[in-house]
Amino acid sequence: MNALVVVPTTTWYLLLSAVLFTIGTVGVLVRRNPLVMFMCIELMLNAVNLTFVTLGRRLNDIDGQAIVFFVLVVAAAEVVVGLGIIVAIMRRRSGITVDDLAELKG
Amino acid sequence: MTGFFIDHLWLVPVLPLFGALVIMVLGRRLGEPKAGWLASSMTIGSFFITVSVFFNLLSRPADERHQVVTMFKWLPVGSLQVDMALLADPLSITMALFITGIGSLIHLYAIGYMHGDPKFPKFFLYLNLFVFSMLMLVLGENLLVTFLGWEGVGACSYFLISFWHTRDSAAVAGKKAFVTNRIGDFGVMTAMFLAFSAVGTLSYDGINEAAHHGSLAPVTATAIAMLLFVGACGKSAQLPLYLWLPDAMEGPTPVSALIHAATMVTSGVFLMTRMSPVLHESYSWAPMVIACVGAATALYAATVAVAQNDIKKVLAYSTVSQLGFMFLAIGSGAYVAAIFHMITHAFFKALLFLGSGSVIHGMHHEQDMRRMGALRKVMPVTAITFIVGWLAIAGVPPFAGFWSKDEILLYVYANNRGLYVVGVVTALLTAYYMTRQVIMVFYGEAKWNDHAAENGAHGDFTPHESPRIMLMPLVVLAGLAMVGGALQLPFSKKTAFLEHWLAPVVEESEAHIHETWAYQNKYLLLGVAVVVATLGIFAAIAVYAKHKIKAIEPKILEQAWNYDATASKLVSGPGNALFNGVAWVDAHVVDGAVNGTATIVRQVAGQVRKSQSGFVRAYAAVITVGVVVLLAWFVLRGLI
Repeated sequence: MNALVVVPTTTWYLLLSAVLFTIGTVGVLVRRNPLVMFMCIELMLNAVNLTFVTLGRRLNDIDGQAIVFFVLVVAAAEVVVGLGIIVAIMRRRSGITVDDLAELKG
Repeated sequence: MTGFFIDHLWLVPVLPLFGALVIMVLGRRLGEPKAGWLASSMTIGSFFITVSVFFNLLSRPADERHQVVTMFKWLPVGSLQVDMALLADPLSITMALFITGIGSLIHLYAIGYMHGDPKFPKFFLYLNLFVFSMLMLVLGENLLVTFLGWEGVGACSYFLISFWHTRDSAAVAGKKAFVTNRIGDFGVMTAMFLAFSAVGTLSYDGINEAAHHGSLAPVTATAIAMLLFVGACGKSAQLPLYLWLPDAMEGPTPVSALIHAATMVTSGVFLMTRMSPVLHESYSWAPMVIACVGAATALYAATVAVAQNDIKKVLAYSTVSQLGFMFLAIGSGAYVAAIFHMITHAFFKALLFLGSGSVIHGMHHEQDMRRMGALRKVMPVTAITFIVGWLAIAGVPPFAGFWSKDEILLYVYANNRGLYVVGVVTALLTAYYMTRQVIMVFYGEAKWNDHAAENGAHGDFTPHESPRIMLMPLVVLAGLAMVGGALQLPFSKKTAFLEHWLAPVVEESEAHIHETWAYQNKYLLLGVAVVVATLGIFAAIAVYAKHKIKAIEPKILEQAWNYDATASKLVSGPGNALFNGVAWVDAHVVDGAVNGTATIVRQVAGQVRKSQSGFVRAYAAVITVGVVVLLAWFVLRGLI
């Protein structure tokens, strides 16, 4: 019975975090829908949060968990602005991809 | 009470500044007499404060007559620490006394003289601003504060010369004064830079201290002294930069009296006296250059004054000549004598200018002396006071000019006999041309009658005496011109008040002549001076009153040895070509370098900006790659 109970170690959490981060990165690179790209960025942020919490626990340091709150707050603020911009763009030009938003090209 | 004013010395310059600001804001509303009274009362207030400071200094022992009053830190930049600070010492307070004193009298006079002028309040605005700048110049504790005043008086001089700017000649004269002074200012600025790089401070105490203790190399001291002398030449109208002063007579006469006779033009003499330890530390040829330039200017201007017909031009050239005398004194190490002559000159030259202004006023703006004559009958007060001024400048004892001129000649004799001869000839010419002027204006036949016949439109033309407010300053100045010599009498140590008073400032640089032949025979030299003055006066009487000898007034003298015309030709011909050349270099080389840099940057940027594709995902890819590369570098570095 006991042999079946697998206790996740730090490595597992870090691996999960790395996987999440990679998914997020690839998502940002390959997807064109701004909303999806946005969600991928959130995924990357939370992958980092996971790393913070894991290492905070492992090193027995409360700072790792404290920083997560900062990241959450900043991310929330960023979401407000970012989503606002995306919604505004979507209203003007529906069905748009980020590749079409190239007004600032040199 | 007296201690209060010396601690608040800033009140002295700030009062006229306040007056100027009030007139600037409320000038039109104040209107004609009130603006003048406000300006006058500010200057008079300054005068009384200065008097109080003077007595405070007088009550102290001689070596404690030195107080620095710091208002605020002006430029605290690294090692360059310049305070907005004023200095109360015998020299600055002497200057401030006669600037505010004579300034007050001239302000009052101007209330009468400028009567009816549409720009009446503006005139007093400039006048007060001038007094402020002049006080900053003399009271400044360091070269930069002095320079602030130096530029201020230059600007006010420009405003006031071209006060009647609708007259073409006035506008041109103002411009000429400004440009010529710029050359001198360049000298002062360079001297300042040099003093700072050599001594590390701009304060007079610091620089003079360095000169005293020999930590200033003679070559640097010479360079500083000579550059300051360039500035002094510009401001104090010495050869070759004197050009602007005769033209400056285009300004209203009170301006000529205040700025171009009594105060501003003496600031060069003041500056040289202030920096006398530096001059003392220079090579011996430096004072000699100053003495020679002074002597040359004195003689040159005196010869020109002999042949002028404009009542103010005579006085202008006479001023140039007397300033030459002061520089002759500076060059001979006679600083006390220079300041003494500056004071007496301020008295009698301001008197003569105000007198000529009174004449011009009475003659309905006629300035040609050939159309005057016999004015003593219609303008008795002006005539009497003018005659006092004449006797003072001609060097007749016991009037003020006699004593100061004699003091200078005494030192010059001890220094160099050749220059003494030049000085004596100049004194002779001075007596001669001033007598000529007095005779042409106040004696002889009245020539203004035919003038009236010519200009019938004027109606009955009879010159009239000026109003009381213009006569009062004349009378006060005449009194001062009579007794001013009492400041420094050559009889004994006790009668040399000015020498004792200025001793803390100039003692160590002053030439010591007590052992020379000249000093031991000073009464003989006094006798020579009297004979020379008498000779000049009688020669002029013989020529212009008795008509026994034909007047020698060659055209070339009237045109100032063609110096002005030659200078104009030089500047407009080769000078113009040179300036065009400089402008071309500026437009093509300097601007080319600047614009070329900009062009290169723009073209490089044009290439670089093509990498901004506008694709968000491309940017994200670049960032990702960058992060990966960085990470790889960190990891690999740890491995190796």
